[in-house]
Amino acid sequence: MGRYALRRLLQLIPVLFGTTFLIYWLVWSLPGNAFAGKCGPRLCEQSYIDEMRDRYNLDDPLIVQYFKYMWDMVRFDFGTTYSGEQVSEVLSTALPITMKLALVAVLIEGVIGITAGVLTGLKRGGFLDNMVLVSTLFLISLPVFVVGFLLQYLFGVKWGIIDPSVSEDPSFSELIIPGLVLASGQMAYISRLTRSSIAENNRADYVRTAVAKGLTRGRVVSVHLLRNSLIPIITFLGAEIGTFMGGAIVTEGIFNIQGVGGVVFDAVRGQEAGTVVPIVTVIVLIYLLANLIVDLLYAVLDPRIRYE
Amino acid sequence: MSDPGAFTNERETEEQQHAPEPFLGEEEAPPSGKQEKARGLWSDAWYDLRRKPLFWVSITLIVIFMLMALFPSLFTSTDPYAFDLSKRTDGPESGHIFGYDLQGRDVYARSVYGAQVSILVGLVAALGVGLVGGAAGIIAGYYGGWIDAVLSRIGDVFFGLPFVLGAIVLLSTFIDPTKSGDPTKIKVVVILAIVVLSWPQFARVMRSSVIATKQSDYVQAARALGAGHTRIMVRHILPNAISPLIVMTTIALGVFVGVEATLSFLGVGLRPPIISWGIAISDAQTYLDIAPHMLLVPAAFLSAAVLGFVMLGEAVREAIDPKLK
Repeated sequence: MGRYALRRLLQLIPVLFGTTFLIYWLVWSLPGNAFAGKCGPRLCEQSYIDEMRDRYNLDDPLIVQYFKYMWDMVRFDFGTTYSGEQVSEVLSTALPITMKLALVAVLIEGVIGITAGVLTGLKRGGFLDNMVLVSTLFLISLPVFVVGFLLQYLFGVKWGIIDPSVSEDPSFSELIIPGLVLASGQMAYISRLTRSSIAENNRADYVRTAVAKGLTRGRVVSVHLLRNSLIPIITFLGAEIGTFMGGAIVTEGIFNIQGVGGVVFDAVRGQEAGTVVPIVTVIVLIYLLANLIVDLLYAVLDPRIRYE
Repeated sequence: MSDPGAFTNERETEEQQHAPEPFLGEEEAPPSGKQEKARGLWSDAWYDLRRKPLFWVSITLIVIFMLMALFPSLFTSTDPYAFDLSKRTDGPESGHIFGYDLQGRDVYARSVYGAQVSILVGLVAALGVGLVGGAAGIIAGYYGGWIDAVLSRIGDVFFGLPFVLGAIVLLSTFIDPTKSGDPTKIKVVVILAIVVLSWPQFARVMRSSVIATKQSDYVQAARALGAGHTRIMVRHILPNAISPLIVMTTIALGVFVGVEATLSFLGVGLRPPIISWGIAISDAQTYLDIAPHMLLVPAAFLSAAVLGFVMLGEAVREAIDPKLK
């Protein structure tokens, strides 16, 4: 286990540098003059451009720029946005909101997906099974923004149950519908994963033993079957939190949630390379770490898995 | 993007490799005669597929959308660019069953013409991802060692970028967001962005499938007979290891149609004058409360197209996955 963790950590290092370098290079090569239009309608003065070029080390070779920038990141110096705000402050207000949304989404996804998966996995081929199969197909086919607008239209505009856009610092209850939207596509995968996992383990010897011992059906399912079937699902859900951190851009846009996605999107559109790079780096870091933790968790949760 | 690979775990790929070639010819078949003819993996899958209603529903949908993409004039005689500003955001009327959009253009005609670019992008991107991911997977899985390590790490770098975020950055870098640009170039960039960001998943699936196949006796036998690496890879491993990749690519086709719409919706992908469902939905979003048809019609077209391809992938998966029989 220790060696496995160490190897995974070592493998993460080139990936980390590769991904952040890719982003650094891509974002700074956004078309157009990086500082055009930053001084109102006039052209920027040469002294301002010189200062900015110096601040972001743009006169150095690319690789030197990158390492200077990474060195700043390591010291938690994320720089400022072009309007003078600290990037770290922007992040500290936006990150918790996105995280909240991701948590709500994963919870909804887990509860609905696992319930559907267990019910269908125990009774394959039944009416419920077919119904869930068809509805998961539909869920996979509906792009997130279509689901988003549909629910916003029905709940927000037509029935007036929710506010179409959430407040600046949203509570958990405000995030239920956006969370449902974010979770909609992935719910289908969870329910199918659970279904096949349950169906496979249902034939296992330990389940037969448990039934033969005279345990009730409920106990067999909840203690023996679920515990062994849920391992891959829990790890899948864990990785989802990482995905949602960077993938909530569409949902955040639809419901006007002031999370990381919106900040990054605005910054990319406004060609603010100095803001995009640190935020995207942080998101990628979270994403990669979430995947690593999930992999390690897998080994901890399932003692049958031996690495090395 | 979600992970379609979640379906195909290594165990099932191992199992389906052992479907034997039909080396029992007609003459050698058991004398009873009434017994079913031995079929190979692919003809067996086709035999299964033909009996599935899911397959026929999906094929019907796909044929409709393909026709729509190739010959939009079969479905509508209205010019999708013709506009009548006095009718902007108007609801349905005779001859214009789905009403008008923001510029007073026919929503139905624009939805029909929107099929073309979405299906083109989805098809080419899925082919590209299948080729790139498949090639990388087979090379990494077959050679192993440092080649595998290097390819896997390169894949990890792209896998480390969350899809939508990566696509926004990539597309904004290569297409100037402030200009309308050359439509062909934009389509190419969108396809390339999808391929670059999704191939690692396909490579991973192919790699594990190849590793499982590599150990088979027939591969050992081919090697003992002196077959070269290329011949072993192409003639022996590829046909036996490719089925999970085919399933994944078919499902991805549908998913990519949705991805194209998502990117166009965000304003970083295709842009007018290209007619696309994503652009139509994006234009309609602020008028949701007064003219919902402007959003719901293209959204319905989009979802039906994605559904068609995803269902086909589903049907193919059930046909070649022995675990479900």
